[in-house]
Amino acid sequence: MRRLRILSKLAWRNLWRNHRRTAIMLGAISVGVWAMIFMTALTQGMVTEMIRDGISALPGHVQVHHPDYRDDPSITNLIPMTDTEIAATFGPAGFSAWSSRIKVPAVITSERDSRGVTLLGIDPVRERDMIFVDYDEVEGRFLESVDDRGVVIGHKLADTLDTEVGKRIVLMSQDPDNDIADRGFRVVGLFHANVEAFEETYVFAGKKTLQNMLRVGDRVTEVVVLGEDYRNVEDEYAAVLALVDGGVEVRRWTELDTYLGTMLKVMDGFVLVWVIVIFLALSFGLVNTLVMAVFERVREIGLMLALGMKPGDILGQILIESMLLLVIGLGIGNLLAWLTIKPLEGGIDLSIVAEGMEMFGAASVLYPQLRLEDVVLANVVVLILGFLASLSPAWRASRYEPIEAITKVD
Amino acid sequence: MTAVRCVDLCKTYRQGDQDIKALDHLSLEIGEGGFVCLSSPSGGGKTTLLNAIGGLDKPDQGEVYIAGQRIDNLSKGELAELRLRRIGFVFQAYNLIPVLTARENVEFVMQVQGVPAADRGRKALDILAEVGLEGLEDRRPAEMSGGQQQRVAVARAIVSRPALVLADEPTANLDSKTSDGLMELFTELNEHHGTTFVIASHDQRVMGYAKRIVRMLDGRIVDDIQQDAA
Ligand SMILES: Nc1ncnc2c1ncn2[C@@H]1O[C@H](COP(=O)(O)OP(=O)(O)OP(=O)(O)O)[C@@H](O)[C@H]1O
Ligand SMILES: [Mg+2]
Repeated sequence: MRRLRILSKLAWRNLWRNHRRTAIMLGAISVGVWAMIFMTALTQGMVTEMIRDGISALPGHVQVHHPDYRDDPSITNLIPMTDTEIAATFGPAGFSAWSSRIKVPAVITSERDSRGVTLLGIDPVRERDMIFVDYDEVEGRFLESVDDRGVVIGHKLADTLDTEVGKRIVLMSQDPDNDIADRGFRVVGLFHANVEAFEETYVFAGKKTLQNMLRVGDRVTEVVVLGEDYRNVEDEYAAVLALVDGGVEVRRWTELDTYLGTMLKVMDGFVLVWVIVIFLALSFGLVNTLVMAVFERVREIGLMLALGMKPGDILGQILIESMLLLVIGLGIGNLLAWLTIKPLEGGIDLSIVAEGMEMFGAASVLYPQLRLEDVVLANVVVLILGFLASLSPAWRASRYEPIEAITKVD
Repeated sequence: MTAVRCVDLCKTYRQGDQDIKALDHLSLEIGEGGFVCLSSPSGGGKTTLLNAIGGLDKPDQGEVYIAGQRIDNLSKGELAELRLRRIGFVFQAYNLIPVLTARENVEFVMQVQGVPAADRGRKALDILAEVGLEGLEDRRPAEMSGGQQQRVAVARAIVSRPALVLADEPTANLDSKTSDGLMELFTELNEHHGTTFVIASHDQRVMGYAKRIVRMLDGRIVDDIQQDAA
């Protein structure tokens, strides 16, 4: 430890001995680290947006259904509790948001055309911040209460059906006895969604209105609960499990949408792979720099050994030099990343390429996400792998025979 | 008590297809407080002998003792410790760490030894003044002449008062006045502190200061003269 000071001093001075080489290496490390963090932030932003849209389409981080609903999402598989009992159970539980719904397949028919859709009977007051529709952006108006008599459909679907606000459509589904249940509605609003498919698929109506139309009394098909962080819904999952008895199925969103759930895991892995790939490119430069630095200094390393410095001190000196280089590079890289990501957090408009993006369920505005854990990961990977990569040149330097090294002619 | 004892040392180098005996069954004993000048024509084996005594090079055969302790069979780490604590070196080939100033070079050994900063700083300044480098303390080797660098090296070798100083051509690159100054400094340390000096040199002036002159040729001692203090 006492020697740490002299070793650091030597390492620091040696680092600046060859300004040009050090500057180039610092540039490479900074840009590499910047690229790691910047790309990760973009990717994370994209994934979050995709998942958020995906979940808001489902929606709900934890969902409760009749055990058969997943295989047959029809009105015959109602939750075996009344909506009043559900409200009494979930209401006092303190979730940040929850709601109960009717969600069934239906056919929507206009004067011109008909389409298969997913019909959602919701409580519009309760769901204001839960679903993907921004009420204020709706053309016309959104639903106002559970017994609202209108429907709200997507712009895209309205185009297909050649209908508009104020016109009438017919919704047709089944009641629990497999008899046709249908009803005429007036289109009161057209919504816009980031994901085009949502505009074609989802049709919103009042929960009460649908219960009447489908003749299910005070019953629903699903209860959904939103948590604080979609990446971790275990607390909510456990809480819901504790609330309900058998006879229903409780699922996390990752189980309901396995595509998005898997994506989340894959993306975390992808970030690590990306960071390591960039590092590997960097490590060639780093090792090369150190090998050159050591090679140029054979004689003074020999001198230090001859004067009684331990091989371990030489090893330490080279490692400190490498770590200094990495830490400075990391500092600049992190700063660059912060400086470039912060101004973009308001969103990057990708509308030029948006056509393609929407196919993947991604939004046309990308919000880069600078997550602390990703930044830490990039820094830790660079430091640890950088340390390991420096071991070999440092070790070789420490193994010199003092007399051979000191008399080496250049 | 003997400061240095070499018994039957041999060291052979291969150059091309020729074997060169740098040390040829050489035995030598130097008492504590000795002041010895090793002298030979170039290639006589002086540097090789100093390296063997300093534990920097292992002889092919023979034994080396420093202050009664056998050192030719010590491990690398033990030899490094021995050099650090007990021996001051002036090398023939290369002496100063380029990124350190004169003062830092002088402090280097003390710093590795663990001497407190204030203590070693003062000692370094004092010794630099004694070798006539006052005012040049903060220069790096590249900013000094060969002779000035040589004096920094000498200052470093003696600053921590080692029991034994091994100096290889310490007066090379020095004018006669500076050489005399250095030799007087050596003599004073030798007389007042009992420091043992082994100096390789073919400089007549150095020989004049030495108490004993050992002449070598082709790795053997050909002459060993005790002389009265000048
Ligand atoms: N590493 C080596 N490889 C091959 N030969 C060597 C090596 N070191 C020394 N020699 C040879 O050993 C002999 C003794 O060399 P040494 O350096 O000890 O002589 P010296 O008395 O110090 O000479 P000088 O006055 O020139 O410094 C010389 O012939 C030299 O060429
Ligand atoms: Mg020599």
